[in-house]
Amino acid sequence: MSNERPPADDLDRYSLAALTKPAALVRVAGIGTVVLAIAAAFAGTAGWLSPGRLDPARMIDRFEAVNGAHPGFRRNHAKGVCLTGWFDSNGTGARLSTAAVFAAGRLPVIGRFALAGGLPMAPDGPNAVRSLALEFRLPNGQQWRTGMNDIPVFPLKDPRAFYEQLGATAPDPKTGKPDPAAVQAFFAAHPESARALALIKAKPFSSGFANATYNSLNAFVFVDGAGTERPVRWSMVPNDSFAPEPADTPSDRNYLFDALAARVKSAPVQWRLVLTVGRPGDPTNDATVPWPTDRERVDAGVLTVMALQGEDTGACRDINFDPLVLPSGIAASDDPLLSARSAAYSQSFTRREGEVKPPSAVRPD
Amino acid sequence: MSRPFPILSRLLHWTMALLILAMLFIGVAMVSSLSDYHRLVAIHRPLGILLLVLVAVRLINRLLSPPPPLPAAMPAVLRLAAQASHWLLYALMFAVPVVGWAMLSAAGYPIQLVGAVYLPPILPHDRALYAVLRPAHTVLAFLLFATFLAHLGAALTHALVFKDGVFRSMVK
Repeated sequence: MSNERPPADDLDRYSLAALTKPAALVRVAGIGTVVLAIAAAFAGTAGWLSPGRLDPARMIDRFEAVNGAHPGFRRNHAKGVCLTGWFDSNGTGARLSTAAVFAAGRLPVIGRFALAGGLPMAPDGPNAVRSLALEFRLPNGQQWRTGMNDIPVFPLKDPRAFYEQLGATAPDPKTGKPDPAAVQAFFAAHPESARALALIKAKPFSSGFANATYNSLNAFVFVDGAGTERPVRWSMVPNDSFAPEPADTPSDRNYLFDALAARVKSAPVQWRLVLTVGRPGDPTNDATVPWPTDRERVDAGVLTVMALQGEDTGACRDINFDPLVLPSGIAASDDPLLSARSAAYSQSFTRREGEVKPPSAVRPD
Repeated sequence: MSRPFPILSRLLHWTMALLILAMLFIGVAMVSSLSDYHRLVAIHRPLGILLLVLVAVRLINRLLSPPPPLPAAMPAVLRLAAQASHWLLYALMFAVPVVGWAMLSAAGYPIQLVGAVYLPPILPHDRALYAVLRPAHTVLAFLLFATFLAHLGAALTHALVFKDGVFRSMVK
């Protein structure tokens, strides 16, 4: 750097007079336009210019609008309890996927039993869908997270249908019940949901959490050692024998969870992990459609639930059971629900982790 | 007229400029998308770590071969703005990916780069940390975008209005 005073015309180029000359003003305006155009493109990409677009925040907003505010709780499957146990792989699944979870051996598992719906204090009842979410911790540091439901198919095809269904089945503040016309209009617009609901109703629910079959519903892609990809849906099939729901359900608010806690306390509860292998042409992008019943089923091992913990102390509280946390060897399919679940769960997780959570309804300890 | 930036500095500058701009757009697209969320997150994570590596290389390179001096005639206030905004850019180029890595750690997510390549967590699984870091990642990214816009506007002003060789020293 020179200590000499720069020439006058050099100093002048930074002066206000130089900047306000017409030619300079045109250029400054041009620069401003470029900067604003990039800022506008950013705002457009962020969705700020399209307030009607269905995004993860609006999806979770609708859960909150329908169910009310329940800070600290999951926005869906709000009522639940943590579980710990392990998975004993028998090695059979390794033929279909290189994921370390299918190599023979035992892995620790943590998870959560829950009722579908956004009300953390909802009474247990015969109409509630039950869910089982699991996190398998693989020896190579990878994880497999899955959230499964005790219904044979999912009633909704894509996130838009999910969003509309939430609105259509929201209880009317006056009657406390959904508006029948809105429900009817929804099913008229979504015949695939009407078909799925008929399948769900045709299959009897079990009497409790411990003897329910939990299904992945969405299809995933399994990749074997040769790189061959196969569509797979999986289920947790109980070792406890099936009993249908009793005609008269107990009036206790937590009767399902209490029965589960008593069952786990008496002895570990087990499920078999069954992989159903799809064939070319089986729909992978539509969870409302079942696959033909003759598809190959591979028994990959046994899940053992050893203990339950209340969410207030249990490790499951701070886990987002994002269905796309997958180990190498399992990948997402083209099912539009998968990315949407991942995005919406993340939104719900971020909101609840920043909130003070009141005690959960189920506290088995 | 000032000497140009060394070739390595220019290469790092323009590579990172493109990647950071892409990254900021991917970030806002990702969090507002249901259908492309997963695909974009799978790009966002490894690209963020790549940018963290690049900014570390860039800082070392800057210390080894300092940038050319600003024109002697530049007023003190512009000089200060130039220097402060550059250090702010560097701070944010480090902070945004580090906070991203830290928030995934605090959330208890496995941090996948590509295939079977995973990063270790840099913080314990902790809801209170996540609750602070997740919004911090967004705020810092918006600040980086705003600083980038100011930087772009200033660079174009040097090129088209001041015509003092500052812009040319980075494109030469």
